[in-house]
Amino acid sequence: MPLPADTDVSTPKFLRDKYAIVGVGETTYTRGSGKTTRALGTWALRNAIADAGLKASDIDGMLSYSGNDSTPSTFMAGDIGARLNFYMDCMGGGSSTEALIGIAIGVMEAGLCKCVAIFRSMNGFSQVRIGGTGARSAAPVNGDMLHNRAYGWQSAGQNFAPTFMRHMYDYGTKPEQVAMVKVVHSEHASNNPKAYYKKRFTVDEVLSSRIICKPLHLLDCCVETDNATAIIVTSAERAKDQRHKSPLIRGIVGRCSKPRLDMHYQHGPISRVAGYYAKDILWPNAGLGPEDVDAVGAYDAFTFTSMLQMEDYGFCKKGEGGEYVSSGITRLGGKRPQNTSGGHLCEAYTHGMNMVIENVRQLRHDVDDYCPMGPDGKRQHTFDYREGGCRQVKDIEVTANLGWANPATGSAMVMRRGT
Amino acid sequence: MSVKGDYMGMALSIDDLDGENISYFKHCAEHQFHLQKCDDCALVRYPPTTACPFCSGGNATWTAVEGKGAVYSYLEVHHAIQPAFKAKTPYLVLLVELDTQQGQPTPDDGLRVAGNLTLPNGEFALPEVVKTVGIGTRVRMVFSDVAEGLALPQWTIDETATQPAKPWRYPQE
Repeated sequence: MPLPADTDVSTPKFLRDKYAIVGVGETTYTRGSGKTTRALGTWALRNAIADAGLKASDIDGMLSYSGNDSTPSTFMAGDIGARLNFYMDCMGGGSSTEALIGIAIGVMEAGLCKCVAIFRSMNGFSQVRIGGTGARSAAPVNGDMLHNRAYGWQSAGQNFAPTFMRHMYDYGTKPEQVAMVKVVHSEHASNNPKAYYKKRFTVDEVLSSRIICKPLHLLDCCVETDNATAIIVTSAERAKDQRHKSPLIRGIVGRCSKPRLDMHYQHGPISRVAGYYAKDILWPNAGLGPEDVDAVGAYDAFTFTSMLQMEDYGFCKKGEGGEYVSSGITRLGGKRPQNTSGGHLCEAYTHGMNMVIENVRQLRHDVDDYCPMGPDGKRQHTFDYREGGCRQVKDIEVTANLGWANPATGSAMVMRRGT
Repeated sequence: MSVKGDYMGMALSIDDLDGENISYFKHCAEHQFHLQKCDDCALVRYPPTTACPFCSGGNATWTAVEGKGAVYSYLEVHHAIQPAFKAKTPYLVLLVELDTQQGQPTPDDGLRVAGNLTLPNGEFALPEVVKTVGIGTRVRMVFSDVAEGLALPQWTIDETATQPAKPWRYPQE
């Protein structure tokens, strides 16, 4: 039986603007939370539900991701008092937030549930160190891991370094250009009351910080923090009843990958990252292009990751990332500000979700900063981006989030301001 | 039979069902470098897999491959994560593109084999040697013995090769 035209799901256009992020929430960003991941996750979920103006009983779907360092949905749902019609806890890190939003839309389209809460809870500093020190560093090395970890090639920074190094070789990218990613993101963090590190850094400070693993200095690497983050996704139709003008999801690409994920350096160019493939799904799904985007959250586990993604998603030409991130474009007040909360380099490390939360608040025109509070309890944004001032992007309509698992796998999402 | 050994303070092991890695490291223990050559498309692959990444052929034959090539990319670790590596810093992890099968099956492909920069006896290279190696340096394979049935392929400077005048290194020393 042929389907009526309006249910043709073979076109990405079908789902454009049909789902929204109606609530976002997080714990404080800290080191030494003194709480279990269960308690942190519950805290973030309660904040997201309250932000959406929902009741816990409105949540009937739950998704989470972790590297066996979190508490599963079953416990979280119990703690907030939600009865679930669907849940799933996935393995994964930095490419997960956008991918799981895509999955949430899929299961709602399939009729499995109506409102999905997605969370990531982690004690990334006080329990399972994200940088790989502590218990993980002394773990046994079995089978396929012999081809990397046996060589002292284990942490994320070590794993990605051949791509970063080769990019400098292939394109002449300079350390002082890459350092500008940290400089700019730290400027943004200085106007974010929630940021773990609020200090503004200079290029010299980045380049004179100690070398961790060439080409990475300490200040090229993200912060390790304890925190939980949560977002709530439901249909745009249901979102109309909520408190906010909820941002609408235009398009998503999830865990799009380069060839040979078993050891992706077998395929080149190794200075190319997954965005090279993901862009051809993201932009057609969104019906928009890089030129339409007002602000970007480009995964900054390292300065390099942010820069490389801007190239391969088409914000600048391949090889010109160093020039792009040091041109002023990425600053608040520039043409396309980037990581306006300070991102993973400064605000907190959450495996990507804080940068989605930030873009949701940017699109609501309601980020928290140091602007004077109005009578309605909202910041009266001044758009003066000097230290201790504003970080709201003026008249922002469209954002992009570029999630990164590793050079070979990425996820991304485009949102637009709600109507 | 599973393989077990201790190396650099780490417990290394290969499960008895993991025939691909057992075969790979058994050759290494004999100081020979063998890779799987696909019986269908005749392409060689690294690291070991259970089917051909180029044609998905299920059968392969372990074939001797020359352990020679040039550094394709590298990292230089100053802050080690694994405890026993702290005494070896700064150490290099090299990604070496073999001369064998370079640019095949597509121009962007190559057999890029990981290893530390070591002396010919498999011991870690000293800091003054680390400083001389970068992208383009010609290297040859040597082995670090770990246990019966297990040695790790490593890379040492190829003394007989013509070296680039100045291999590319990260600009800040």
